[in-house]
Amino acid sequence: MRTYHQLTDPDRSGLADQIGAQRRRVAERLASVGRIVAVMSGKGGVGKSYVTANLARALARAGKPVGVLDADLNGPTIPRLLETPHAARRTSPDGVEPATGLDGVKCISMAMLLEDGAPLDFKGPAAESFVWRGAMEASALRELLGDVAWGELDALLLDLPPGMQRYIELCDILGSPPPVLTVTIPTPESRDAVRRAMRAAVDRGSELLGIVENMVGGELKGSAGDELAQEFGVPVLARIPWHPTPDTWSALGSRL
Amino acid sequence: MKFLCVECDQQMAFGERQLPGDGTLAATFKCPKCGRVVAMLTNPMETQLVSSLGVEIGGRTVPAEPFEMMNTMVVTGGPAWSSDAQERLSRVPNFVRGMVKKIYADYAKERGIAEITPAVMDTARSELGLEGM
Repeated sequence: MRTYHQLTDPDRSGLADQIGAQRRRVAERLASVGRIVAVMSGKGGVGKSYVTANLARALARAGKPVGVLDADLNGPTIPRLLETPHAARRTSPDGVEPATGLDGVKCISMAMLLEDGAPLDFKGPAAESFVWRGAMEASALRELLGDVAWGELDALLLDLPPGMQRYIELCDILGSPPPVLTVTIPTPESRDAVRRAMRAAVDRGSELLGIVENMVGGELKGSAGDELAQEFGVPVLARIPWHPTPDTWSALGSRL
Repeated sequence: MKFLCVECDQQMAFGERQLPGDGTLAATFKCPKCGRVVAMLTNPMETQLVSSLGVEIGGRTVPAEPFEMMNTMVVTGGPAWSSDAQERLSRVPNFVRGMVKKIYADYAKERGIAEITPAVMDTARSELGLEGM
């Protein structure tokens, strides 16, 4: 009996072509974006979204059109940080219109598709949902990347959730690993978790832009920022105190 | 995905796709030599796995709409839509579909209607003066 590759007529479903079309759609959409920066950490609760939102605002205040894609599909916080209205987004033939938040930062988030406080859930068979849920989330990320009418942007910041799964999906969807801005807090626990994430990013081929050490100067003890910077040969771009000023963020924006 | 008629050693041609609305999928394939037709039937989990990739068995005839997967698969917390109502909603032009969907969803929510059916849509159109939507 012949095998798949010995059958020479094309696959009518063209699944590979459909996947290829999806990737082209993302590439075409992001062609108007100057640079993409993935803000990530291997550790939860270090302030990735907080850093992302305030960095975006600083860039916007400097006159650069900037967008934020909230890639934390299960715990989206960017709309609240940028104070965008909770409303469904309008769709035009060009795509879905992003929301506009503080300082004119554009953003899109799963929070805009869900009722306030509702968890992300998908229609489908409940049994063994782990089989398909990850693929659903990756498809959602692909649509957020490919279907939003950003217009011309100087930078698009991607606020990733803790862990590496979304980063890996991002690499697959984009076709190339995005530059990474890493956020940590000073503690050794954070250092250990963030190290794994940075190692994974290096292994995938991402450029490490630098480290933001958040929540500096309070009760959290340690020197994770310096240690990771030395280990990976990247700069500490900012040390964010508990009560940062707009200048704190502007300085980070100018170094990025 | 390809189908082979082993007896004829011929690749079978895709025939049609059916979505019965119960989460399953049926796709038929025909042998161009002997004419034998077979159907591939997938269970809800298998169908869901394909849907989650944003691809369509049998190929796409029109490009995907913006947020197509999310608009159809994400549970937004509103009332359920029957398959007939979903089909009817899918005929609404894309650029106003979200707004139309929200009107019907708000209507159902205000009245405690758990599932939107074509009958509910007809009543809503009449009550809200939305003839033509």
